[in-house]
Amino acid sequence: MLRPNLWRDRSFAEAIPDMLQLQREMNRLFSNVGQKSHQDYPAVNIWEKDDTAVVTAELPGIDPEKVDISVSGETLTIAGSLLTEILAQNETYLRQERDIGGFKRNLQLPFQVNAQAVEARYEKGILMITLPRIKEDLPKKIKIT
Amino acid sequence: MVEKDMQKTENVSAKERIRNVKTFVPRVDIFENKDSLFLVADMPGVDEKTVDIELEKNILTITGRVESGPIKDATMMYSEYEIGDYERVFTLSDEIDRDKIVATVKNGVLRLELPKAEKVMPKKIAIQAA
Repeated sequence: MLRPNLWRDRSFAEAIPDMLQLQREMNRLFSNVGQKSHQDYPAVNIWEKDDTAVVTAELPGIDPEKVDISVSGETLTIAGSLLTEILAQNETYLRQERDIGGFKRNLQLPFQVNAQAVEARYEKGILMITLPRIKEDLPKKIKIT
Repeated sequence: MVEKDMQKTENVSAKERIRNVKTFVPRVDIFENKDSLFLVADMPGVDEKTVDIELEKNILTITGRVESGPIKDATMMYSEYEIGDYERVFTLSDEIDRDKIVATVKNGVLRLELPKAEKVMPKKIAIQAA
C-alpha cells in the first residue's frame, strides 16, 4: 500500500490552517446535530456578480421596517423578529408550525464591504441584500513593464 | 420557543411535475373559531399570481410556483436553501362554504379564511334523561 509521508509533503503543512478551520466547522456542525440553532436562521444563499455579493434569505411575513441589517468590515448582521399571530379568545390553534420568534445572524463575507453602498430589498418574502466590495479591497492589477 | 427544524422540507409525496424543480412543503399554522378555519402558510417567493388553491370535496390543495430562481449573471458562492415550488394537501374535517373562501398573499405568506358551512355549524344537542 502506498503510504506517502504527509509531513514531508509541503502542501500538507500549508494546509494546516485550513484543516484547523475545517475541524472547527465540523465540531460546530456536530455539536448541534438535530437542533438547528437560531444562529442559523435565516438560511442564506450568497451570490457573486462583478465584485458584489448578493445575499438572499427567505423571511416570509416579516415587517421590513423591523429588520436590522448592519455591515461592519466583512461581517453582515441580519436581525429581526417574526410576527407572531395573536389569536382572539375564541380562536384555537389546530396546528402551529410557523412561529420562530427572533433571529440574529452574522455572516462572514470574503471581502470588505462598502457599507455606504449596501442595498436591501424585500419582495415576496425574500430579503435580498446587495453588498459591493470596497474599492480599496479590490485586487490591484499589476502591469508588467 | 421550541427548537424546530428550520430547513425547508422537501415534499416527497408530491406527484412528479412537468417543471423540473423541487417541491417543498410550506409550513402552516391552522386555527379556527366557531365560524371559520384559518390557514396561514409560509411560501416565500410566491405572489397572488403564482399561488393556487383548490378545494375538491374536503381535500384542500395549496400549490405555489416560484419563478424567481437564480439571480441573473451571478454565480452562486454558497447555498443553504434551495428554491422550488410548494405543494401541500389537507383533508378538512369540516364542510366549507366554498363561495366565501377568502385568500390573500402578502410578503410570501398565504392566508386563507375558510368559512364553515351553515349546516355543519355545531348544534347543541339536548340530552334527555332516560
